[in-house]
Amino acid sequence: MTQIPMGAVPKKKKEKLKVVGKSNRSPKKVLHEMKRNYSAYLFLLPKLILFTLFVAIPVVWAFVLSFQKYKIFGSEFVGFENYIKVFESEAFRIALKNTLLFTVVTVPFGVISALVLSALIFELGKLSQSLFRSAFYLPTVTSMVIIAMVWRWMYNYDFGLFNYVLGWFGVGPVNWLGQSSTALWALIIMQCLIPFGVGIIMYLASMGSISQSLYEAARMDGASRFKQWIHITIPLLKPTTLYLVLLSTIGSFQVFTQIIMMTGGGPGSATETLVHLIYKTGFRDFEFGLAGAQSVVLFVIILIFSVIQFRVLRHDE
Amino acid sequence: MKKKPLDRLNKLIIFGLLTVFAVVSLLPLYWVFSTSLQLSSYQSQDMERPVSYVDSNPPKMYPMGIPLYLKHWGEAREAAKAGDAEEEAYHRDMMDHIVSNSFGSFKTLFKKHDVGKWFFNSIYIAVVVTIGILLIDSMAGYVLAKKNFPGRNLIFWIIISTMMIPGQVTLVPLFIMVGNLGLMDTHWALILPDLSMVFGVFLMRQFMYSIPDELLEAAKMDGASEWRTYWTVVLPLARPGLAALGIFTFMNVWNSFLWPIIVLNTAELYTLPVGLKTLQDANLASFKLLMSGAAVAAIPMIIVFILFQRYFVKGLTLGGVKE
Repeated sequence: MTQIPMGAVPKKKKEKLKVVGKSNRSPKKVLHEMKRNYSAYLFLLPKLILFTLFVAIPVVWAFVLSFQKYKIFGSEFVGFENYIKVFESEAFRIALKNTLLFTVVTVPFGVISALVLSALIFELGKLSQSLFRSAFYLPTVTSMVIIAMVWRWMYNYDFGLFNYVLGWFGVGPVNWLGQSSTALWALIIMQCLIPFGVGIIMYLASMGSISQSLYEAARMDGASRFKQWIHITIPLLKPTTLYLVLLSTIGSFQVFTQIIMMTGGGPGSATETLVHLIYKTGFRDFEFGLAGAQSVVLFVIILIFSVIQFRVLRHDE
Repeated sequence: MKKKPLDRLNKLIIFGLLTVFAVVSLLPLYWVFSTSLQLSSYQSQDMERPVSYVDSNPPKMYPMGIPLYLKHWGEAREAAKAGDAEEEAYHRDMMDHIVSNSFGSFKTLFKKHDVGKWFFNSIYIAVVVTIGILLIDSMAGYVLAKKNFPGRNLIFWIIISTMMIPGQVTLVPLFIMVGNLGLMDTHWALILPDLSMVFGVFLMRQFMYSIPDELLEAAKMDGASEWRTYWTVVLPLARPGLAALGIFTFMNVWNSFLWPIIVLNTAELYTLPVGLKTLQDANLASFKLLMSGAAVAAIPMIIVFILFQRYFVKGLTLGGVKE
């Protein structure tokens, strides 16, 4: 559900924003300006009220809560107790490890496969381009609840599609989701096989905007098609790649629906992830303060990852 | 200048490869529909017991009702030709049975479970939120892009900075807030937080920049009020942006899951994803029934996608959106 701005979009922002700014700073003038523009505030009012109630206050509250022991009448501040609990708990460590493994495998796989697929699609004619684009994007518009349900069915031990297919090769049957050794990998494989539709659409759009004269020049120099791809296409797609890596990392750290629909974090805690743990802590055990601290830690982890990725991928520009 | 065309063979190889990948990517969806229509009980004259093709080994790759229906249809016709009325009636019966069994789980879903209600809830919540977001966010985006008033940048940056914060962070406080407002286990608990999403403001503001100032000036000259200008000049010009935002809002709300399972407790109020989860948790449901439920939830999004495909592409390339 998270949405973040795309790297390519805010082009205009800087110049436009400068228009407003400095000049009329005296309180009287400001007040006059505010009166003159009262209708603008009225236009903003509905969003501002909703935003304050359901976004701004909860965000601030989340941080406050993480330092409290929540009680319906009068919560008390407990300092860093919740955070200490978070870092000392085995459950959190396991959830973090699982989430990291999930992210480290699925994000590169998703982005690279989107890059390769869109490169292949781009070689085709208009009609087949839009055909394949749709085929790869369609699973993305389907709810993860549905996808999780059908994969649970395909992973079924007795009658599932996968064990049947494995049977052709004389392997299995595998108890995919039922044993600790395979459950997390079953979820990872599933994530890898769901096409990264957003990535494909955005790569195709970016590839369409690369000037053909660059390729023309490369061809004059006798560069092969593959070399052109490596040396022209991929570097020029870097902003898109950065955006997609950030986007899918953030999404991947929040993996939840598959977990609750397919394994419930089990067997044992083999597929426990951070958000599922937060869900359990907050809404099964009703430990609001602890859940608050866990979600703040999740936020910080995501932030750190985003900054690192931004640095690394931006590096040589 | 055109890029050098690949030779035919290469193109064919690429096409073949992509087809394989596309089949893999669409297989789960196909499996939803195939299982939902699979024949779960069939007994012909030469069988001792009825068989279910839903959990058969090896799995049937398509709904068995189709070939069996055709078989009985052919045999019924032959029997009719031969003048064997009894035999014909038998085959006609079998055909009826195959049809009612294949589609039976859909009937069960709507009759025995609350799927009809869940479907309605999902639709109306998604529609209400989408219309609300389009109105509220276009109003906000418009003045943030086109009006020059004190506090404009501050407001914009406060709103935008929260876009980086993952939704899970506010889960607990939002839960307490919704409880304090007395909205727990109501649809308002879904609608109001959804209406507060900030992405649309960002998208609309980007889009409103492209509206020429001269048009707004002209409307002002004609003595149009601010509201009239917004309603008759700005909104029509922003239509492509509104379409993209509307579709993504609808999709997000339709598919939203984590928050609804937290705040909804009454079966009658469930949205489809929540209902599907309880259906699966109940453990009574066969895979045919579960897949039928999944199909009911998938169909509206597939239709929306097919109808508005180009806006999906536009929305994604205008400003990234993720479910």
